[in-house]
Amino acid sequence: MMNENKPLLTMRHITKTFPGVKALSNVDFTLRAGEIHALMGENGAGKSTLIKVLTGVEEMETGEIYLEGIDHPIINRSPQEAQAIGISTVYQEINLCPNLSVAENIYIGREPKKFGRIDWKTMNKKSSELLKNLNIMIDVTKPLSNFSVAIQQMVAIARAVDISSKVLILDEPTSSLDEQEVEKLFLVMRKLKESGIGIIFVTHFLEQVYKICDRITVLRNGCLVGEYETEKLPSVELVELMIGKEIEDLAKLSKEENDEENNEKKEIVIDAKGLGHTGTIHPFDLKIHKGEVIGLSGLLGSGRSELARAIYGADKPDQGELYFKEKKLQINTPLDALKSGMAYLPENRKEEGIIEDLSVRENIIIALQARRGMFKVISRKEQEEFADKFIDLLQIKTSSRDVPVKQLSGGNQQKVILGRWLLTNPDFLILDEPTRGIDVGTKTEIQKLVLKFSEEGKTILFISSEIDEMLRVCNKIAVLRDRKKVSELKGDQLSQSNIMKAIAGGDTKDE
Amino acid sequence: MNKMKELWKRVTGFSLLFPLVCLVIVLVVNLIKTPDFFKISMNNGVLYGYVIDILNRSSELIILAVGMTLVVAASGGTDISVGAVSAVAGAVCIYSLIGGASSSVYRIPYVLAIVLGILAGTACGAFNGFLVAKLHIQPMVATLILFTAGRGMAQVLTQGFILYVRKESFKFLGNFLPGVPIPTPIFIATIVVVLTFLILKKTSLGLYIQSVGVNRKASRLVGLNSSLIIFLAYVFSGFCAGIAGMIITSRVYSIDANNAGLNIELDAILAVAIGGNSLGGGKFSLAGSVIGAITIQALTTSLYAMKVTADQLPVYKAVVVIIIVALQSPIVKRWMKNIKQKLASSRNGKKVEA
Ligand SMILES: Nc1ncnc2c1ncn2[C@@H]1O[C@H](COP(=O)(O)OP(=O)(O)OP(=O)(O)O)[C@@H](O)[C@H]1O
Ligand SMILES: [Mg+2]
Repeated sequence: MMNENKPLLTMRHITKTFPGVKALSNVDFTLRAGEIHALMGENGAGKSTLIKVLTGVEEMETGEIYLEGIDHPIINRSPQEAQAIGISTVYQEINLCPNLSVAENIYIGREPKKFGRIDWKTMNKKSSELLKNLNIMIDVTKPLSNFSVAIQQMVAIARAVDISSKVLILDEPTSSLDEQEVEKLFLVMRKLKESGIGIIFVTHFLEQVYKICDRITVLRNGCLVGEYETEKLPSVELVELMIGKEIEDLAKLSKEENDEENNEKKEIVIDAKGLGHTGTIHPFDLKIHKGEVIGLSGLLGSGRSELARAIYGADKPDQGELYFKEKKLQINTPLDALKSGMAYLPENRKEEGIIEDLSVRENIIIALQARRGMFKVISRKEQEEFADKFIDLLQIKTSSRDVPVKQLSGGNQQKVILGRWLLTNPDFLILDEPTRGIDVGTKTEIQKLVLKFSEEGKTILFISSEIDEMLRVCNKIAVLRDRKKVSELKGDQLSQSNIMKAIAGGDTKDE
Repeated sequence: MNKMKELWKRVTGFSLLFPLVCLVIVLVVNLIKTPDFFKISMNNGVLYGYVIDILNRSSELIILAVGMTLVVAASGGTDISVGAVSAVAGAVCIYSLIGGASSSVYRIPYVLAIVLGILAGTACGAFNGFLVAKLHIQPMVATLILFTAGRGMAQVLTQGFILYVRKESFKFLGNFLPGVPIPTPIFIATIVVVLTFLILKKTSLGLYIQSVGVNRKASRLVGLNSSLIIFLAYVFSGFCAGIAGMIITSRVYSIDANNAGLNIELDAILAVAIGGNSLGGGKFSLAGSVIGAITIQALTTSLYAMKVTADQLPVYKAVVVIIIVALQSPIVKRWMKNIKQKLASSRNGKKVEA
């Protein structure tokens, strides 16, 4: 094994304080050449901060960083400097330029030149090839914003992989990828590992850690818990190290065996008849009963998010009709949907979810305020109560309810948005990747919350790239392929293999 | 004690502190250079003095800065047409009042003419708002249209002449009301600021504007009508420009379509910036903009007081403005933070030793 290699990157006694938070205190981290090293910890443990300190996005207060081949401590002042000495990074929040083409995003700052001018042809060709290695076949001359979050994530990865020469850092790169894409990514990672590159891999998916990582470093509350060899650390122990206490078996979450017959008799909450939005989703029929949790499954770009967006009016449907609680509903804007009792947690947290400069409190109450209208102001006291309620319920880690939400860790931002929608107490709740970037412990809590919600008679549309999670919470799963709804699975049909078959185009019977 | 701490945090938190410090510095320099700077005297039943003069002269600017603040916050762009729009409003007011030639007879009631003038300003704002919010034209480009065409439109009404209103009552708005020692513009500006503040406070419009300014897409999904909110911000800015136009024309009881409110849009934008507001939109502070406006006028007045001539004035002003704006840049702020941190840690260190 290459594991015994000498250290490639050494970080010693790293400390970083933000106003009101000690994000890192005296943390050590060692990366060896040719290893894949998982950085684990709960939301807000300090993983992203450690990476930002290393790559010069944030300045550390104390500590030293050594890179093999450089005989003095290095200090990066910007990601560009880090890149120049061989450290390339995919940050948790994708920071590419949505208006530039995919190829430009991959080559920005290092465009291939010919006679002193940008050689577009080579650039486009090379970009296509890079993405093909990751199994992504798209038109690289189109603007990045045309593509889903998952594809954007893959583009960011392709860029970093292409640049990396010594160290590659991936901060939750797989949070919106499905299994096939993760597999592709792992292939690429293994190849890089063999060529001697060290990879830091942040994720909340335990099975991914056990599949690909050689070592694990665990952080808790900004402190180092320890460094372990993956083989010698059972996953139960790993979770305990992360949350700092023993746990009941998190995997066992009991779904109330929702009586299928019973459900079918209940009130129909959503009845879409030939609803569609040209260019994003073909006309589809969909009936959802009160108290059901219905899942949407499908490959990237299969139209699962787009279906949800059409119901909520995020993309105003231009075909078909929508009946909500047996009344025909004309939805022109999201506000109409919101007012009639829907809520929609979008997939893309950074672009469509958080309102970054507003405080945690304001982010939580804004949807309720919009629903009430501008003259019925929620009093400051009420706002604080609401905010505190969800900070408590969802265990949001923040130094105060009045800090800008952008100062929270990724997972905690996700919880804030979830709180925002729960506060509106909707009858019909659309959750598009609700547990994206959320740590193992809290993930189960959120799944429990979804089930509790459905027991209370709320209806939920649930989208997740994790089939496990879907099986845990959904009574019924609709499968999409090529922007079309192709089948519905329920009851006994709900199994990993059936879903996979349906997604891939096997012949599960249509309804 | 805790209350004080909270208040202090709020002041420093939104960097209101900084604009205030700027203003104080300008005033202190004045005091040194012009010892009778703060003297206020009573003459013919009205108050005189540099301070009164600053507040009086800054009124239009304060009103425009209030409108500009909301435009910047909601759309992340600026409304560069406000100077021209105030000239349009002034021309509409005076034209409807006395027709196309200087006169001392009103054709319609004075109040009606004012309403028409302000309406004209508001209509211009609506035009800008339509271009920006509905047609998604860059704010700078959209408002450039009225910036150039506005004065032309005013010229059409005045037919290229300077129209005078030779009637005492017309001067009240821009000067003094009979028997009141404080200049009328100060009252008007105060009313505009207080009303705007109350509207933002008593409705959730303030939150909506910030939300749309920070993230338009996310705001739409939480049920806000982003386009409408941006549109309204421009309408309001036009409304403010209309009011400012009324004061400007009344001050000189005439309309000069070429020069009324000339270059004032730049001062208004500066006022917003000096007030600590990000020109990229989002979070805003009305109080900051008001202080910014007063600072700019204080600077102008004090330079005059120091016998700087009108043609040299822009140079001095530019130097001061550069310093103020540079001090607020994120890089300089980071330096300052670092220095603060070092001071704090050395202090902590001492504590440990003791
Ligand atoms: N710019 C900032 N200003 C203030 N506090 C910050 C800032 N960035 C991070 N923090 C705080 O530092 C702590 C660590 O955050 P970090 O983003 O490193 O967590 P993380 O381990 O990456 O979590 P996640 O799994 O949710 O991504 C959190 O409590 C967070 O609120
Ligand atoms: Mg993180």
